[in-house]
Amino acid sequence: MTTIHIDSRPYTAQDGDNLLQQCLSLGFNLPYFCWHPALGSVGACRQCAIKQFKNEDDKRGKIVMACMTPVTDGARISIDDPEAREFRASVVEWLMVNHPHDCPVCDEGGECHLQDMTVMTGHTYRRYQGRKRTFHNQNLGPLVNHEMNRCIQCYRCTRFYRDYAGGRDLDAMVLRNQVYFGRHEDGILESEFSGNLVEVCPTGVFTDKTLKQHYTRKWDLQTAPSVCMHCGLGCNTIPGERYGTLRRIRNRFNGAVNGYFLCDRGRYGYEFANSKHRIRQPSLRKDRSAALQSAIKRDMLQHIAALLSNGTRVIGIGSPRASVESNFALRTLVGPEWFYAGVSDRDGRLLASILDILRQGPARSPSLHEVELADAVLVLGEDVTNTAPLLALALRQSVRRQPQKIAEKMHIPHWNDNAVRGAVQQERGPLFIATVAGTKLDDVATQTFHAAPDDLARLGFAVAHVLDSSAPPVLDMPDALQELADTIAEALKTAERPMVISGIGCGNRAVIEAAANVAWSLSNTGHPAELCFAVPECNSLGAAMIGGVSFESAFETACNGAPLNDNTAGATAETSTDVAADFSVDTVIILENDLYQRADAAIVDRFLAAAKHVVVIDHIDNATCARADVVLPAGTFAEADGTLVNNEGRAQRFFQVFVPQGDIQESWRWAQDIMTITGSGKGQPWINLDQVSAACAAAIPLLQPILHAAPPADFRIGGQKISRQPHRYSGRTAMLADISVHEPKPPEDPDAPLSFSMEGYLGHPPPALIPRFWAPGWNSVQAVNKFQDEVGSSLAGGDPGVRLIEPVPAGKAEYFSNVPIAFTRRTDEWLVVPLHHVFGTDELSVLAPAIAELAARPYLALNPADAAELGLAAGDESRLQLLRTNGRTGYSLPVQLKSELQRGVAGLPAGLPGLAGINLPAWGKVTRLGIGMKQGAPP
Amino acid sequence: METPLTNNISPGKEPPDLRQYENGGGYAAVRKALRMAPAEVMALVEESNLRGRGGAGFPTAQKWSFVPMGNDAPRPKYLICNADEMEPGTFKDRLLLEGNPHQLIEGMIVSAYTVQADVAYIFLRWAYKLAAERLESAIVEAYRQGYLGKNILGSEYSLELYLHVSAGRYICGEETALLNALEGKRANPRAKPPYPQVSGLWGKPTIVNNVETLCNVPHIVNRGAAWFKNLSRGANGGTKLYGVSGRVKNPGLWELPMGTSIREILEEHAGGMRDGYRFRGLLPGGASTDFVVADQLDVAMDFDSMQAAGSRLGTGTMIILDDKTCPVGMLLNLEHFFAQESCGWCTPCWSGLSWIEQILQRLEEGSGQSSDLERLQSHARLLGPGHTFCALAPGAAEPLQSGLKHFGDDFDRHIHEKRCPWR
Amino acid sequence: MLSEQEKQQIEAKVQHYPNKRALCLEALKIVQEHRGWVTDEGIADVAEALQLTPAELEGMATFYNMIFRKPVGKHVILLCDSVSCWIMGYERLREHLTTRLGIGLGETSADQRFTLLPNVCLGACDHAPVMMIDNAHYQDLDPGKIDEIIAMYRQEDIAR
Ligand SMILES: Cc1cc2nc3c(=O)[nH]c(=O)nc-3n(C[C@H](O)[C@H](O)[C@H](O)COP(=O)(O)O)c2cc1C
Ligand code: SF4
Ligand code: FES
Repeated sequence: MTTIHIDSRPYTAQDGDNLLQQCLSLGFNLPYFCWHPALGSVGACRQCAIKQFKNEDDKRGKIVMACMTPVTDGARISIDDPEAREFRASVVEWLMVNHPHDCPVCDEGGECHLQDMTVMTGHTYRRYQGRKRTFHNQNLGPLVNHEMNRCIQCYRCTRFYRDYAGGRDLDAMVLRNQVYFGRHEDGILESEFSGNLVEVCPTGVFTDKTLKQHYTRKWDLQTAPSVCMHCGLGCNTIPGERYGTLRRIRNRFNGAVNGYFLCDRGRYGYEFANSKHRIRQPSLRKDRSAALQSAIKRDMLQHIAALLSNGTRVIGIGSPRASVESNFALRTLVGPEWFYAGVSDRDGRLLASILDILRQGPARSPSLHEVELADAVLVLGEDVTNTAPLLALALRQSVRRQPQKIAEKMHIPHWNDNAVRGAVQQERGPLFIATVAGTKLDDVATQTFHAAPDDLARLGFAVAHVLDSSAPPVLDMPDALQELADTIAEALKTAERPMVISGIGCGNRAVIEAAANVAWSLSNTGHPAELCFAVPECNSLGAAMIGGVSFESAFETACNGAPLNDNTAGATAETSTDVAADFSVDTVIILENDLYQRADAAIVDRFLAAAKHVVVIDHIDNATCARADVVLPAGTFAEADGTLVNNEGRAQRFFQVFVPQGDIQESWRWAQDIMTITGSGKGQPWINLDQVSAACAAAIPLLQPILHAAPPADFRIGGQKISRQPHRYSGRTAMLADISVHEPKPPEDPDAPLSFSMEGYLGHPPPALIPRFWAPGWNSVQAVNKFQDEVGSSLAGGDPGVRLIEPVPAGKAEYFSNVPIAFTRRTDEWLVVPLHHVFGTDELSVLAPAIAELAARPYLALNPADAAELGLAAGDESRLQLLRTNGRTGYSLPVQLKSELQRGVAGLPAGLPGLAGINLPAWGKVTRLGIGMKQGAPP
Repeated sequence: METPLTNNISPGKEPPDLRQYENGGGYAAVRKALRMAPAEVMALVEESNLRGRGGAGFPTAQKWSFVPMGNDAPRPKYLICNADEMEPGTFKDRLLLEGNPHQLIEGMIVSAYTVQADVAYIFLRWAYKLAAERLESAIVEAYRQGYLGKNILGSEYSLELYLHVSAGRYICGEETALLNALEGKRANPRAKPPYPQVSGLWGKPTIVNNVETLCNVPHIVNRGAAWFKNLSRGANGGTKLYGVSGRVKNPGLWELPMGTSIREILEEHAGGMRDGYRFRGLLPGGASTDFVVADQLDVAMDFDSMQAAGSRLGTGTMIILDDKTCPVGMLLNLEHFFAQESCGWCTPCWSGLSWIEQILQRLEEGSGQSSDLERLQSHARLLGPGHTFCALAPGAAEPLQSGLKHFGDDFDRHIHEKRCPWR
Repeated sequence: MLSEQEKQQIEAKVQHYPNKRALCLEALKIVQEHRGWVTDEGIADVAEALQLTPAELEGMATFYNMIFRKPVGKHVILLCDSVSCWIMGYERLREHLTTRLGIGLGETSADQRFTLLPNVCLGACDHAPVMMIDNAHYQDLDPGKIDEIIAMYRQEDIAR
């Protein structure tokens, strides 16, 4: 900390920062464009000019760019200096020279950084009389709209897209006042982070194309703090609603989690909530042959009460995409011993194993921000770009950590972005990636290794053994692989913040255990390591904490009456394994879960047919609903509140954005309603979310801290709730006038300290409750500055969320010792491994039309040599026959060649439409379509 | 009068080949320097007071002294000869490149040795085709003779030297933009600090020097600092290539003692104005210097004196404005150049310059207003040093602000007569 | 696909630089030398050879003015429009050339023989006005001299 003087008054400032960041942190309104807290300084726009004086006697001073000038002890600067003011006013005037006056028709209008800065500098009158330069716009695909005439050449787009996110299909072209930011030709932006351009661009060049379809100004959106549903990272979001439909998602800054960015699946997946597949009414059918018919809520509940009347067997199947509270409510409704986890047997075991590793081992699970700080990373088995996109973005920053030292030696401050990149050049890493096939992160990897899952695990085990000889050794390691293990071990050992990343992505428990061994062996030998697992869904870990054996066990019970498999015992804490072998299910209640996404259709069919009654609580009509006798409409994340636990083990609260029409309500409320009407359940009926959370926290010690994930519903500031609608929200008295001229009373919200209204507290609420970022004069996303103590770091008051898991001291956990034997090719059989795709493999986001457009088509990936042997070329139709006992196992797929795939291994993009419910890895036969049939292979 | 730089040059003729160059004492400086410690060479150059001939006049030895030396210095280190010469009105380096390529190569070897550079590049302007050819063959000769490559002349010192031909754009001459161009990137300048000596080409220590600067080095090594200082008339040592273009009797380029007066160059060497033309002003050192007018002609053309006179020595090649040429039109031409060559990085430059160009265009066409003059005045001020990322825009502001000062009446006439009086 | 010759010429410069990116302008110039201008295909070819993307190369090709991204005639006339040449009669020469060739600045003559481009200072200001055709400089120009030069190129082309 040092002292600087701003306009002759002393302030305490952070050493090493730049003056712009400092001035903003101190609350000054200093305009800027090219600078961005996550992207650093490049000094291009010249908007942040201030005066700097040599000393107290220097009265003339000189103009400097605040963003490019380091804080130095005793520095004397002036923001108010007339010359600095004049220069800043000129900069905006120059920027506006070519800028169209199209704010009224520009999507950015009302939340435009350029508008804000123009007002801030006082530029009002246009003196430029010449013509403006004009450009052609490009079609950049379904996500991002392009309107180049509005460009102010701040270079933020390419700095984010290329330098920060590693995209290479967007660049700056031409020069002078003609710089064009675009692709070399029209086409879909290749980066899965392209949507951030919308927020990074300070004006309306890049805007949200999906918002365009149902455009609403920022000030007319009702918003609430939320959490992304589309992978396990739990990025914080701000969904916006108008007229009962969700209009868009914006980033909600969380310094510990997603920072300033979101991935495109998260940003654009929201449209599933507006989908025509939404379940909006309770419905039931008399018998299985009849169609579902909508019913009144009361009748419906009575019907269910009848189903659940005394003596019948009721089981519940939870969901990793439903909140902790909803899962817990169902568990309470059916009783813990009849509650099943809504994941496949395989996933359940892998998730349980991850949970155990994090709880019982010495390696800490890092936040995404901490991933950025890692200075040596081993990725074992996980294609993070596709399974946990923002983790990949964080890793792209982590590979700059060690090279950063080169710049430090030259005394280049870390924020001097181009200078750092100039000094560092191509230096990256260390980052080692071991996966079944190539990944998009390979371009920044120090070394990559592609092999069958068991071999990836072996590499991990070998690294652990090098680090700590008491970790189990790996026999018969080929020299080259041992050498790689040595290199990795050395890099991790010599790093300050080593990290291991893995996940359930390749469906292999040994990979997860090997990752644990690596992290633990580091921690046990005095190199505290972090261990990060990617999990597939927004509440995968939360649901795992609630427990329940996998729903496949329920299947077996229901279908065969056979005893449970031994291997289901891996599930966690509250697991009950003493389900009587002889029960048959009368009623199954399925919570927010399409079982067809998780298991073979044939198995699910048989299960649902065997259950006498099927009750589904969900918001999306899916294959499971199609078999249900009763369907209850649940609220989506935007219509409900709840707690989710992300991959870090961080519990975060999402808040209801708007009140849906009709009988749609939170799943936990349906469970409560059923309990009320049947008189089951324990204790008082829950009337708000806090009570469910409290009951959950009391029942499951691990979840105790979720009570502190956000302030309770009765939290008030100055007696007021926090308003979900901005103070400029327009048309409230008129928007429903076609129905009634009487302005309706705003709905009550028993669950949250937020109001569905403009009335309420408009200042800065506690971080977990921030419904939108706005401050006087700051209408754009950059308003987040005003919510941070130190601009760019954490939200004032701390980043939202509570960590549920902390590591145990080193030396306590025993190493895993199940080292698999090396993969060997089989003749005529392939080990089919899952390949992941960010778009199309997530059940919900694929219902958003823009995401659906980007979804890959199913294919089968083969090593070229294998393909050649089979007489298959790229694009040929192949027939894949999975070797399993029951269910659908045959697929016709076009062939893609992937030379990184080990021979004998085939890749299948599991989860894509048409390929849902396949549990991989599995062995399979591959034939050329046509030939196989001729030879009489099964159809 | 000694003319070490151009002694061996006969314009229009083939340059000396290696043998001829050696016969004239060529590469003696390399032999001598290799026997000296790098620090000794550095001291010599420092004592000589050699200042950069690329335009800014930065003391050469001082620039070199920022390069990290010793065994733990980052490697490879680079030396780059800035042969981009695109400043309008400038044609001095071309003579040295075409006329005596070995002199430059020798200068580069000695300079590279001084900073212990491992690799050297000549960053050559694309248009200098003849120079490219001659440099290529001279480089081959020098390699063959062991002046370049591994263990030069049996010493411990090795140097690779490559010719890199640019693909156009004035901004490439700015030394940090040059680095980006050489790396295969868009030629936007880089922030300073860090200076190239610390983090330059590919992030390694790098020296960028002008052709003329480097050509002086062998002579300093051969003949000593005192000799070099004595060549000049003032404190800034050495000779200087001075050029004159415009409507003078005898436009051309001469090597003269540093500090020769403008008048002497203009009248004695360039032969004065052509018949029928009167002198109105001149840009002393290329397009990005301030106008000098009649009452300043006795100023010595060296760094310090020109600065004191409110202009800059720049490249030392003057452009003469005569009375039959419209000053507004001339400024329009200049500002068009700068606006067109702006790299597009910083706002005042890419936006301000094109606005300036438009205003000048309007004035020149006779549709200007007096408020336009205020606009130009304030632009000239707002594009001043420190306000932009590199010196291109301040360079553009120099002729503009001085032009407005000296030719105000001409601007007024355009406005009042609503036409260009020269058309 | 790059031709063998293009490949060889690019290959010859590889060891001048520590990475391939630094070769990109050189490669574009080589392609231009062989194909007259840099076509979209040329961009794609160089991108593939140097492991760059078309967007990256487009960013380069459109920054530097000696890379032609549009077709040019057999001969490219670069007429210096900078200050010394402007003083010495650039405008008159431009008028002359445009009427003589029947094209404006930036255009190519109907017979595809000449493209006329304005160009910044060619470094021969003491012999202004100046122009360059292909690799040759022409100095101390006046309309008459220009006519002779143009005629010479026409004749050479016919002779060949
Ligand atoms: C826009 C611009 C263009 C320049 N062009 C050249 C040039 O063509 N040749 C040159 O030697 N220096 C040029 N310079 C100056 C260089 O940046 C640098 O100062 C010079 O090469 C250093 O050499 P010296 O120390 O030997 O003078 C230019 C500077 C600017 C701002
Ligand atoms: S002053 Fe002009 S040329 Fe220099 S960096 Fe700024 S935009 Fe580029
Ligand atoms: S924010 Fe400082 S120059 Fe752009």
